[in-house]
Amino acid sequence: MITFEGVTKRYDDGTVAVDDLTLEAPTGAITVFVGPSGCGKTTSLRMINRMIDATDGRILLDGQDVREIDPPTLRRGIGYVIQQAGLFPHRKIVDNVATVPHLLGWDRKRARARAMELLERVGLDAELARRYPFQLSGGQQQRVGVARALAADPPVLLMDEPFSAVDPVVRTSLQDELLRLQSDLQKTIVFVTHDIDEAIKLGDTVAVMRVGGRLAQMAGPATLLTEPADDFVREFLGRDRGIRRLSFIPAKDVRLAAVPADLALDASGRPLGWRTEGGLLPYGTFNPERDSLRAALDAALLAVNGTAVAVDEDDRVIGVATREALDEVLGQYAARHTAPAPESPWPEEAHRTSTPRAAPGSAGEAPGPDEPAPTDPGPGDRSDGEGPHG
Amino acid sequence: MGDEPLVRWDWIWRNWDTGRPDSILALLESHIVMAFLPVLFGLLLAVPLGLASARWRWLYQPTVSVMNVVYSLPSIAIFIVMLAITGLGQATVIVPLTFYSLAILIPAVVDGLTSIPDHVRSSAVAMGFTPLRRLVRVELPLAVPVVLAGLRVATVSSISLVSVGALIGQGGLGYLFIDGWQRQFTTPIVVGIVATVLLAVTADGLLVLAQRLLTPWRRA
Repeated sequence: MITFEGVTKRYDDGTVAVDDLTLEAPTGAITVFVGPSGCGKTTSLRMINRMIDATDGRILLDGQDVREIDPPTLRRGIGYVIQQAGLFPHRKIVDNVATVPHLLGWDRKRARARAMELLERVGLDAELARRYPFQLSGGQQQRVGVARALAADPPVLLMDEPFSAVDPVVRTSLQDELLRLQSDLQKTIVFVTHDIDEAIKLGDTVAVMRVGGRLAQMAGPATLLTEPADDFVREFLGRDRGIRRLSFIPAKDVRLAAVPADLALDASGRPLGWRTEGGLLPYGTFNPERDSLRAALDAALLAVNGTAVAVDEDDRVIGVATREALDEVLGQYAARHTAPAPESPWPEEAHRTSTPRAAPGSAGEAPGPDEPAPTDPGPGDRSDGEGPHG
Repeated sequence: MGDEPLVRWDWIWRNWDTGRPDSILALLESHIVMAFLPVLFGLLLAVPLGLASARWRWLYQPTVSVMNVVYSLPSIAIFIVMLAITGLGQATVIVPLTFYSLAILIPAVVDGLTSIPDHVRSSAVAMGFTPLRRLVRVELPLAVPVVLAGLRVATVSSISLVSVGALIGQGGLGYLFIDGWQRQFTTPIVVGIVATVLLAVTADGLLVLAQRLLTPWRRA
């Protein structure tokens, strides 16, 4: 657990980057620091591994004040991933990944073996190990960055806008990959981003910070969407909070109807379109086992008859969700959502099992956790991946 | 120069290696020594000075200014001043040329170090490199391409500047220009020019090769 106790960072010119920050980043969970530029989120992150030292207050790592630990020693025990990966251009990929093991004095063979293991773990081909960073794409470099951070198996991982320099499709797959890794590794992760959608997708807890380095609100993502603490948080969350919150409701409760005759299927049972006199019309699909209610609703809105097509892992049609069926679930959701409750009625874990490919719980049905992004059946969650947060 | 051909090959063969200090081979040899030692000394001095200037930025401007002033002084003037101190030896040429090399190499070292992207440097810090180890394992290797580019300029300019030393009797191949001029005889002049150019091209080629071997990690 990482504990901030009244942490302040004041520069010599009087600028306050972080102002009296008190919070806890629990062990084994992802805590996201999110906020506009100048809110002190990166400064806060860098104070954990002492790349910046706090002016006041203390930061405890499992109870120990980080200022009692020699910086290089402290840093070797904390994985660090940054934007643009920060790989060493003059070292081969395998040696980049083995950096911290080398620093820790592992013998060369063991360090390299560990590096190869990690490359595989983050989904990179073993033959990339012999290449130099410039020979890799941005997304691949970022995966190497994650592998390098994990090389010495540190309990804590700091990630500073690691995915903001890659294109939206790659970003989505890297995010999914991180969630998959995290479900295996259970690291204590502090993740900094300016992208509220990323924060909501990845965070077990989200700390929204405002300019001047003050904590505006700290809550689980679903709670944040329903109960923003003030106008700043509400504005920062952006529009469609209600719709976005649907991402946290699994679609598995949606009542499915039999496949109607006007849905055209191919020989293997995959959908082709809605039959009309004028030809086939567009359709939308969702996977009830994996997707959220948001994806189901989105699928319904894509079809002219308002009916969403439910598919299995192989994209074969297993039924349809009519507007009425969706309405039922939405009604239940709204009723529970508006009911007064001290704690959020929806468990925060729900979004994990409802986020495509991020589902440790549903791994039994899933085709494999490292299924690449293009199999995603619906535009659902991704449709606003670059959503307006500014 | 009358009916003389531009190049008299028999003169070249006769003077190629006579064992005397004015044979072409001996001149080439002293030219190489006087051209390369300044670059070597320059590099050895430029690395610590460059590191200091990169570390303490306020040092950089004054250092570069001094070096630029030195660079702007005509070499022949310095050679003559040096005569009083170092006499007629090779040092009279080597010392000023070392300063010329420094003027090129210090900025190269500083630029090499500052060209390292911030994210690379800070990720080295975050990985837990100690400052010395970071310098040796990350920063200096990454500065190599820029330093080598400076080294190429310094080497070629040093090779060409040595000739001026002929005016004080230490000019390597430059002696051939003076000799040819005084005797109104073109062959030594042509030999001097060709040999100097070949030397420069060879040295530059070797440095390019070194660059390829030392920095396989660079974009082609």
